[in-house]
Amino acid sequence: MKTTAELIADDPLWLSIIKVVAIFAFGVVMTLFMIWLERRVVGRMQHRPGPNRVGPFGLLQSLADGLKLAFKEDIRPVVADKWVYFLAPIISAIPAFLAFSVIPFGPDVTMFGHHTALQLVDLPVGVLVILACSSLGVYGIVLSGWASGSPYPLLGSLRSAAQVISYEIAMGLSIVGVILRSHSLSTSDIVNAQEGGWYFWLLPVSFVVYAISMVGETNRAPFDLPEAESELVGGFHTEYSSLKFALFFLAEYVNMVVVSALATTLFLGGWRAPWPLSAIDGGVLNTGWWPILWFVGKTFFFLFVFVWLRGTLPRLRYDQFMRLGWKVLVPVSLVWIVLIAASNALWNTPGVTTGQRLIFFGVGIVVLLVFALLLPDKRVADDEEFVPVTGSGYPLPPLDLSVPKSPPRRRLPAAPEPAEREMEPAAVAAADKETGDGSL
Amino acid sequence: MTGAELVFVPLGAVALGSSVLVVTTDQLVRAALWLVVALGALAGCFLLLAAELVAWVQVLIYVGAVVVLLLFGIMLTRAPIGRSVDLDSGNRVAALVVALGTAGTLVTVVVGGFRTASIDLGDGSAGSAGTVGAGLFRYWVLPFELLSVLLLAALVGAIVLSRRDIGPRARDGGED
Amino acid sequence: MLQAYVPLVLLFALAGAFALFSVAAAPYIGPRRYNKAKLDAYECGIEPSPQPIVGGGRMPVAYYLTAMLFILFDIEMVFLYPFAVSANALGMFGLVEIALFVATVGFAYAYVWRRGGLDWN
Repeated sequence: MKTTAELIADDPLWLSIIKVVAIFAFGVVMTLFMIWLERRVVGRMQHRPGPNRVGPFGLLQSLADGLKLAFKEDIRPVVADKWVYFLAPIISAIPAFLAFSVIPFGPDVTMFGHHTALQLVDLPVGVLVILACSSLGVYGIVLSGWASGSPYPLLGSLRSAAQVISYEIAMGLSIVGVILRSHSLSTSDIVNAQEGGWYFWLLPVSFVVYAISMVGETNRAPFDLPEAESELVGGFHTEYSSLKFALFFLAEYVNMVVVSALATTLFLGGWRAPWPLSAIDGGVLNTGWWPILWFVGKTFFFLFVFVWLRGTLPRLRYDQFMRLGWKVLVPVSLVWIVLIAASNALWNTPGVTTGQRLIFFGVGIVVLLVFALLLPDKRVADDEEFVPVTGSGYPLPPLDLSVPKSPPRRRLPAAPEPAEREMEPAAVAAADKETGDGSL
Repeated sequence: MTGAELVFVPLGAVALGSSVLVVTTDQLVRAALWLVVALGALAGCFLLLAAELVAWVQVLIYVGAVVVLLLFGIMLTRAPIGRSVDLDSGNRVAALVVALGTAGTLVTVVVGGFRTASIDLGDGSAGSAGTVGAGLFRYWVLPFELLSVLLLAALVGAIVLSRRDIGPRARDGGED
Repeated sequence: MLQAYVPLVLLFALAGAFALFSVAAAPYIGPRRYNKAKLDAYECGIEPSPQPIVGGGRMPVAYYLTAMLFILFDIEMVFLYPFAVSANALGMFGLVEIALFVATVGFAYAYVWRRGGLDWN
């Protein structure tokens, strides 16, 4: 039995090329499909049909939109830095696709008479490759905002980049938990290590931290502050049009698929069949081409959650968002890592009795409590009269105005009913306008 | 010459060439971008020397974090788009002498120190995460723990330098 | 080992070619109708306000601080990876080592928190 890496090393060049093209096509097709799915699902959630004109069920809508974008005028602001402005969309698109290379889509299969694995490359440092790719994607954001030479994109790009890097820490730390169990950075090894149990329930804290940070990392709702339309127009790509804009859009959706696929690989057993199915006929559904189905299915589960979140949750404020990242996710993962490492070490050391283990954990908990007490959060304002001054020197009125409680409703004989009903269509229309065509 | 050696030479040339461009270009952001190319080429060199983990860490830390910090710094001061004439200090000769001197010293030290040392790259496991981890945590414990102190100092320094407006004596000298 | 990177380079080339083609082809496929307003920086339809060349419109330093915190925690993170891979082989010794490391960085983290380095307002 050969390992995945050895199998892939035997691939002839033509097979590698086929895989490369397949992965690229997968990324593009998933993007087109996701845009359609997102608009349809959000539409359903808002009691409207969503795009349903182009093709069956409106499936070709995104393709039509993409083609339309290509035939739009390509505008470059005069103030822009020409080369960097051109480079930015390219830089943001390439790493998004590269991250796919280490994702295992399935186990070994026979493809055109050649025995190989459904994975482009199986590097011993696979997880680092994905993290490196996502940190390279930051360049596209930063450079596009700067090169546009106008204030909104610059602000948007700074916000966006600060957001991505903040949540990348949380994401990287949550993955350490997985590595502590799998003892390998290779993605195929991680999937193999989950044969006995998927990591989402073996490592619940890591899973939750990863799931939150993957939404933050891809700048998606409710963490889509970089493109907060009300504040920043469109965010870092405000000045981009035509196919350059399309590339940013493509990169965003491919990144979404990548983090979902990585979540599947790390926590949901990758291409493994879910439990009742995996028991059928001695695991026949875990061999051959079947696993692709499970893999894509699980990935779609995460993608659906992305859409679901967008349809459900309002956008966070920037300070709330940063607080969640730095003050909750990072310390929680650090403590969790030390906990797993400790339990690993204790259970692997011979001659340690259960009593000693319990004492050890007790000491650990006491240390944690002391540590937690050292972290006072609330800083009480020392003088109440203080009026905050903004950067421009204008004093700001205190924002702590307490809203009086709304008076209890009293049912009047007839009058209030129609007034309430009149409100509704307007509110619905406003909601439609806000989110309706936000996806393009 | 093996394939790896054939790739190593152009990669080294790219690293060197883009490093020169970092200091000669008169556009701030492009200097940062050339630095990215130089560091990326260096990562490629690490990879060819079978130091796989170090290569990707180089991409992750230097390309993905350090230069991003530089770009942030450039943007915070609103670097102008286009040429900045004041980037040239006029001390070219002195800079060249210092640079060549430093390079010469480093090359001499490294060559002198490791002339006879050799590592069998073999199957490429010499630079894998497991080997590096075992070596680092078993034999290089003190440097590793010292590193955490270094990180501590860096964090404290970052706070003290960048945010004078916060902390206990926030509001006397506070300008945002 | 290096052969493993050949498909990666191929994927890079394909994605790069696609992106390059898109960016380069866009001006030729689309229409070109000159209008001075289009070439201005977008500021919601108003006349773009002139930005001072140097030193104007600076950004909050909190972004810079975030980037610095990012580097430091990134470094901590990459040291945790090789540790996690060889954690079992290292046993108790490794655990003490890493706990000390995390505690030291955690101390710095607590300091940053206390000084309000993680606050945004």
